[in-house]
Amino acid sequence: MSEARTTPEAKSSQKLIQKIFRSQEGIVFALAVAAFLVFALLLPAFASPGNLLALVRSVSILGILALGMALVVIARGIDVSMIATMVVSVSWAFVLARSGYSFGIALLIGVSFALVVGAAIGALIAFGDVPPIFATLAAGSVIYGLGRTFFFKLEMQNVPPGNDWFLFIGQGRILGVPITIVAFGVLCLLLHFILSSTRFGWLTYAMGNNPAAARITGAPFRPIVIAQYVASSFIAYVAGLILASSASAINARLFNSTMIYDILLVVVLGGIGLNGGHGSVRNVVLGTVFVGILLNGMTIMNIDYTIQNLVKGVVLLLAIVVDSLVNPRDEQTSQQGDL
Amino acid sequence: MRMFTKIKIAIAACVALIGIGAAQAQDKGLENPRSTAFHKTLAGKKVVFVPLSMGFDLTEGWAAQMRKQAARLNYSFEIRDPAWSTDAGTRALSSLITEKPDLIVLHNPDIQSYARLINQAQAAGIKIVQINLESNSTSDSYVGADWTEIGEQAANAIVKKCGAGNGVSRKIAIDTGVPTAASDVFQLDGIYKVLKQHPEIQVVSQQATEYNAEKARSIMDTVLQQNPDLCGAIGIWDNQDTGTASAIKQAGKSDQVYLVTSGGGNRVGCENVEKGLFNLYISYNVPLQGDILNAEIARLLMSDSPAGKVKTLYFNPLTQITKENVNPRNCWTLDDLK
Repeated sequence: MSEARTTPEAKSSQKLIQKIFRSQEGIVFALAVAAFLVFALLLPAFASPGNLLALVRSVSILGILALGMALVVIARGIDVSMIATMVVSVSWAFVLARSGYSFGIALLIGVSFALVVGAAIGALIAFGDVPPIFATLAAGSVIYGLGRTFFFKLEMQNVPPGNDWFLFIGQGRILGVPITIVAFGVLCLLLHFILSSTRFGWLTYAMGNNPAAARITGAPFRPIVIAQYVASSFIAYVAGLILASSASAINARLFNSTMIYDILLVVVLGGIGLNGGHGSVRNVVLGTVFVGILLNGMTIMNIDYTIQNLVKGVVLLLAIVVDSLVNPRDEQTSQQGDL
Repeated sequence: MRMFTKIKIAIAACVALIGIGAAQAQDKGLENPRSTAFHKTLAGKKVVFVPLSMGFDLTEGWAAQMRKQAARLNYSFEIRDPAWSTDAGTRALSSLITEKPDLIVLHNPDIQSYARLINQAQAAGIKIVQINLESNSTSDSYVGADWTEIGEQAANAIVKKCGAGNGVSRKIAIDTGVPTAASDVFQLDGIYKVLKQHPEIQVVSQQATEYNAEKARSIMDTVLQQNPDLCGAIGIWDNQDTGTASAIKQAGKSDQVYLVTSGGGNRVGCENVEKGLFNLYISYNVPLQGDILNAEIARLLMSDSPAGKVKTLYFNPLTQITKENVNPRNCWTLDDLK
């Protein structure tokens, strides 16, 4: 051991290990690799290409939603109304299509609804100065209530018959890869480009780092806030279409499920701090894949439902505890509005 | 003499008139005191329905039928919708106990949560009919499926397909809903009672889907990766099992994996049988349940016996729907019931 310490390669690898464990992202990455190796060794068909595709596919809708959430969280916001927007806009589109509108027009009305909702939430936050968590929490209930009262009676809406091309989105494959995964990949690249190479992206980071400074230095603060919530609503709509296409139906009950917390789990686990200003698409991919490995492994091992939830909770807690141990908070790093 | 004849004619006329009058009275029929009492007793009563949640086929179907009978018989019918929240349901029940309606129709989220409230409500004089999902606490009446029987029927069908020497393998998967609901606990008991007699059947996966079709899809996707020779699957509810079926179809194993599911028998479920997505659909027939429920409501509202004194139940018959016998008579849409 002492001999190894002296060689330069060992030193650099030690530094790399230190670097990995200094960030939460690194810790989660190490955990993901460890979980993958354990499952691959213990479970016979875990590492087969078919299962790996099934694994990524099972979480890619979650990943797409997490992309929208990440965009908002990086700008020091949060959007817990995403599931409501998703189920109501897609369900409404299906109901309209069944009531005689052509499917294309119905889908257009659905997307318009999602965009209007996003703009309204953004305006509430930008002009009304309502904290994002309260604005979106309330908006979620309002959207769902509107939907259940005026747009549709039944929670379960099947894809209107005679639209096989639509089912292809969620069930088809390109070169053997499910389109759901391809869509996740394309959206990752798109968001990565927006965040890293456009003015909108840079301003998003600036606003997350220090909203007051961003405002004083002349960033178009309010329009950008609105644009962010419009974007997250749009992404929610896209995710809803893929979900509906994949399962042949959409169930508005998802609004009452823990899905929104799973999205936050992916975002936080991947290492995007809820205090904004940090993180990238890479974090979302990491969080998504890690959750996917855990869920897939536990399903194969046929672990009980309650224990699966327990494991998910413990892992999130562990990630947060380790993060606060290796990155202790002090006056400089803690910010107002830190969740 | 002329006078005499006049009187005679008058008398004759009177007799004739009385005769006609009597005949007319007979044409107007007899009042049925039981009908009068039936309508009089029921009018003005108050019935409240506390479902798991409105907005899905089962509860909307029952509610449509109960509403129709309430309008016919002039009693009031209300719905307190807890929207899948057991907390909200508990609050609704507690406030109903002080409001004292005549009867509550209760749909239990699990076998435990409402058990004490059921006893309290009956002690307060409110009659309780439980619908399709039982609580551990029995009440004036229960109308609905016998989940144990559904489990047994499902398991027997699977054993027939995948038992010794029949299917590609003896591996089966079970997709449950929420582990604490009556539909889960009693159905699993039914399934395992049968499987115990057939130790050759191997349950390779038993996972909860939380009634979520997409989760059911990804679970079945994973299970098929691990067990490409899966022979059969039992799903607990048709609404979620569209996802299970979708995974089987996408894996190209529709001919190999025999999928049994159960549900209220709505048109969408039947369409899935026609498309070959469900191989066997055990229907507990919502319109039939609604009729029995209505009969029970009327019976209890008229009965003088105090709430909770006489406890009865009726497990309604089940229909096994396959591609061979699927027809409009077995299936319903909400518009049919309204």
